Amino acid sequence: MKTSRAASIALVCYGLLVVAFLYLPIVSVGFASVSKARYLSFPIRSYTLQWYESAVASATVSELVATSLTIAAVVTVLSMVLGFLGGLAFARYQWRYRTLFQKLVLLPIFFPQAVLGLALLVWFNSLGVVPTWKTAIVAHLVWIAPIATLIVAIQAYSFDPMLEEAARDLGASTWQILKELTIPLLMPGVVSAGLFAFLLSWGNFPLSLFTTGADSTLPKWLYAKMVSGYSPQVPALGMLAVASSIALVLIAMTVPSLLRALRAMRADKT
Amino acid sequence: MKRLDGKLGALCALPLGLLLAASFLAPLVVIAGFSIMPQRVFDLAHIPDFSAYAVFFRQGYYKSLLWSLGMAFMATTILFILCWPLAYGMAKVFGRFTLFLTIAVAVTLFVSENIRLFGWVVTLMKGGLFDGYLKELTGLRLEGALYNVPITVFGLVYVYFPFMLFPLTQGIAMVPDDARQAAADLGASRWRILWEIDLPLAAPGIMVGSLLCFVLAAGALAESKLLGGQSVIVIASEVETAFSYGQNWPLGSALAMSLILVIGALAITTIARIDLDAIMGRKR
Repeated sequence: MKTSRAASIALVCYGLLVVAFLYLPIVSVGFASVSKARYLSFPIRSYTLQWYESAVASATVSELVATSLTIAAVVTVLSMVLGFLGGLAFARYQWRYRTLFQKLVLLPIFFPQAVLGLALLVWFNSLGVVPTWKTAIVAHLVWIAPIATLIVAIQAYSFDPMLEEAARDLGASTWQILKELTIPLLMPGVVSAGLFAFLLSWGNFPLSLFTTGADSTLPKWLYAKMVSGYSPQVPALGMLAVASSIALVLIAMTVPSLLRALRAMRADKT
Repeated sequence: MKRLDGKLGALCALPLGLLLAASFLAPLVVIAGFSIMPQRVFDLAHIPDFSAYAVFFRQGYYKSLLWSLGMAFMATTILFILCWPLAYGMAKVFGRFTLFLTIAVAVTLFVSENIRLFGWVVTLMKGGLFDGYLKELTGLRLEGALYNVPITVFGLVYVYFPFMLFPLTQGIAMVPDDARQAAADLGASRWRILWEIDLPLAAPGIMVGSLLCFVLAAGALAESKLLGGQSVIVIASEVETAFSYGQNWPLGSALAMSLILVIGALAITTIARIDLDAIMGRKR
């Protein structure tokens, strides 16, 4: 049952159209960010980079970036650890409550984030915890650690349990097996889980909205400005946030092949 | 061997299990507790009177819930129709183009949804990208594109696109080519193959994608605020108002519970029916 050539071409065009549709609003924000007029209106008459300059120079912005980065960094590290262990329990080990655990891990992903954020806000308040950027870390983890777990689990499914058994038969201890076998084999999964965790935390808006208290992350601050009225800094800052995410994805995609090339070169020399 | 597996499994599950118990299940229990408390109390040491649920029905809050569920249903249906051909292409037709599409779509997930929705506001507003250039080129105006119900549904479709596309692609990839080939050889029409082979065999992916989109869209907030201009008040927004301006935790909790009960029932029945090991690629 081959798909006809015409149908294939139509499908590819449809795919390109979808990509254009997904990126159109980001392109619009890009245009808005270089418009000189204080009140945005198209067509743009004169262009400027001044909003980027003022955004980069602003002390508020560097504070926002610092808060967002700190949260994302902590969430990344914790998600990698939780995801590694959780992924093993999810996919690799046959234990009694495995299916129940799998379902528990899925539930927070199938839960609207804004409602989760509000529920956590009430929870923190009734515990007497004042929400700050630290509580936002917990909120992000509830949603991101399960995703990290799923990513590691996909890797763990393709992992042959016979390898571990062979190592054990040859006299390796549980700790040695973990260090020499399990961790290196699952490392690609753990690294992509970390990358996802960082990017999802950096861009997260609905959870941060309710759980950062008086602190603010970049997406939360941008939302406040969008709702309360237009400021030409909004598109410029939005574009900077988008550009940094895309740059990170590109770096993450090129680094492995660069490393491989480097290793191949070294192997050639010896 | 079996016993060691059992011990290691429980041990590895412990950290994440504790995190989810303390910061996912516990908050839900607290919300459920507050929802049956008398109005405007700030702790759980009162005699339950379920008055917040009475307010939910008496003051018409159920309409917000129905709007949210209705718009989520619309968005999910549209998403299914939009994503099916593309998911089919990604699973069965495209070669390297699938990788390009996967990355291109996944990257949008890393851009805050409020920035992307703001982008649509800039695109569609009066004097925005479309209206501005349309006026410049033809003199026509694009009026009333924003701040109504259809644009809110459009926003939901836009934001949750990847959540339908990826599970559907995975689902269609699970349909064996042999089954489709055999059906075609036996003279089944295209529609019959779609109806009797593709849809049933891709069902796990369809269920996961539809459930994800419906549940997330039903609890969404930013689409109706930024694009819809509050033309209808969604349930998540009512919950927020009750907690913040209203300072009425029991009402906010009851409103949240009304949504949580619907989506929780859907999520739990669906998740219970799918075999995760099969979807996520156990090789046994």
